[in-house]
Amino acid sequence: MIYNEEFETLPREALEAIQLRRLKNTLERVYHTVPFYKKQFDEHGIKPDDVKSLEDLQKLPFTTKQDLRDNYPFGMFAVPMDSVVRIHASSGTTGKPTVVGYTARDIKTWSELMARTLMAGGATKGDIIHNAYGYGLFTGGLGFHYGAETLGASVIPISGGNTKRQVMIMKDFGPTILTCTPSYALLLAEVAEEMGIDFRSLKFKSGIFGAEPWSEQMRQEIERKLNLDAVDIYGLSEVMGPGVAVECIEAKNGLHIFEDHFIAEIIDPETGEPLPYGVKGELVFTTITKEAFPVIRYRTRDISVLYREPCKCGRTLIRMERVSGRTDDMLIIRGVNVFPSQIESVLMEMEEVSPHYQLIVDRVEHMDQLTVMVEVNEKIFSDTVKNLQQLENKIRKNIKDMLGISTIVKLVEPKTIERTEGKAKRVIDNRKL
Amino acid sequence: MKVEQISVFLENKAGRLAEVTRLLGDGGVNIRALSLADTSDFGILRLIVNDNEKAKKILKENGFTVGKTNVVAIEVEDRPGGLARILDILYRAGINVEYMYAFVQQSGENAVIIFRFDNLDEAIRVLQENGVTVINGSKVYTL
Repeated sequence: MIYNEEFETLPREALEAIQLRRLKNTLERVYHTVPFYKKQFDEHGIKPDDVKSLEDLQKLPFTTKQDLRDNYPFGMFAVPMDSVVRIHASSGTTGKPTVVGYTARDIKTWSELMARTLMAGGATKGDIIHNAYGYGLFTGGLGFHYGAETLGASVIPISGGNTKRQVMIMKDFGPTILTCTPSYALLLAEVAEEMGIDFRSLKFKSGIFGAEPWSEQMRQEIERKLNLDAVDIYGLSEVMGPGVAVECIEAKNGLHIFEDHFIAEIIDPETGEPLPYGVKGELVFTTITKEAFPVIRYRTRDISVLYREPCKCGRTLIRMERVSGRTDDMLIIRGVNVFPSQIESVLMEMEEVSPHYQLIVDRVEHMDQLTVMVEVNEKIFSDTVKNLQQLENKIRKNIKDMLGISTIVKLVEPKTIERTEGKAKRVIDNRKL
Repeated sequence: MKVEQISVFLENKAGRLAEVTRLLGDGGVNIRALSLADTSDFGILRLIVNDNEKAKKILKENGFTVGKTNVVAIEVEDRPGGLARILDILYRAGINVEYMYAFVQQSGENAVIIFRFDNLDEAIRVLQENGVTVINGSKVYTL
């Protein structure tokens, strides 16, 4: 099923003509409205006019997360604040989040892309959508919500958490489409079982799962335990939010990128050189319709592959393989982006804490669990249990306040944390995805 | 009046306590009293030994985190109600006991109990005013 038949099945030449026109407009606009881009283009001796073909895009410099951070909070906005109707944010590499803005037209575009996404995942106007993505600064909840309304479906804005109540509502309201992180889908099934409810007998037809890495094995497990079709969705707030790419329910083989709004490239993360179709590398996106927060050649740090082969669903859009990793050390914990450097800066701000720490990520009962191990040195050691437990609580609270995630803090003996060539191994990810 | 106690941070895993006692034994340090406080993931071993400096040195060299705290050793009459009398004095004075543990060895007829207080000087003053015997550090190490 295709929501926007015209744009999702354009002949390649027509699609590329639209892309080029929109790209040129975007470049012209960012050059004159965002000082960062003017400076970048000038330093590389390139004018918006110099881009005469889609290949010319490769002459432009990249934009990185660091650039967004340097322009915190609104420096990358291409419209005045009175045209911005929505602000979202995702976690940055240190304490400060990455802030993105939307004009009324951006919200309309995003809503349409999410309607396309939902329909690609099997949803229609007549469906009831149980939306368990978090509502708030995170783009997941509201992105799906607006898409569902645009599609004309009935949306249950349940957001995350309170799992037992979610199961009750699923049983009583009979939703047919589930939208949440894949790990939360499995948790819902488990809690339902504990409550004596057979998830497989609920009315779900399909689920659209994303915001964290998952695998083909996990898809099979979800489909088996939840008795629905599970499709993968990709997006990031810097580019739009969810709705950048999605799998079609017909093929479940790679995610269609909505190329009439985004130009995707794959580059070699070391050299920055563009790589051909079919070769694994880092995903780079340029937005070509966004007004408030356009990005030019934004390096996502996500690793994927692009394919041009036509899909049996009829879409002519290129496909990206499910994201298989990161080129940096970012972790995704229960859908929240976490950089080890963020935890480190929380610890370093507490002067009593030793610089030796380690992060251990596990998946316990389908949910990610982050354990922060901190070595006990003489400065923080106390002969009373009370003081050490207070310290653990303080670390836990500081991390929660800064990153919004719950962790387990564990004090360990000195030299417990393995050092490799003098440097400690900071992250152990035990999740088997 | 104060007694120096050393404390050692231990993870809750097999063999850590054995390691501490073995190291001290090999180094010729005699443990006079000890207590172990534990939570689900860590423990704190508190020790009164005959040679604090030596004990600290040995443990630190072997990678343990070692702390030093002043505690008080108190003579408690070895009869029913002996400890209750002392705790009552402390309670009336509003002094909170962080933790306490007993010495194996007696001081004459009396039992010896180690107390850890937040406000050590105040505790010593109150106890002495009430006729409780607070034992000298140097005496405790060699009991």
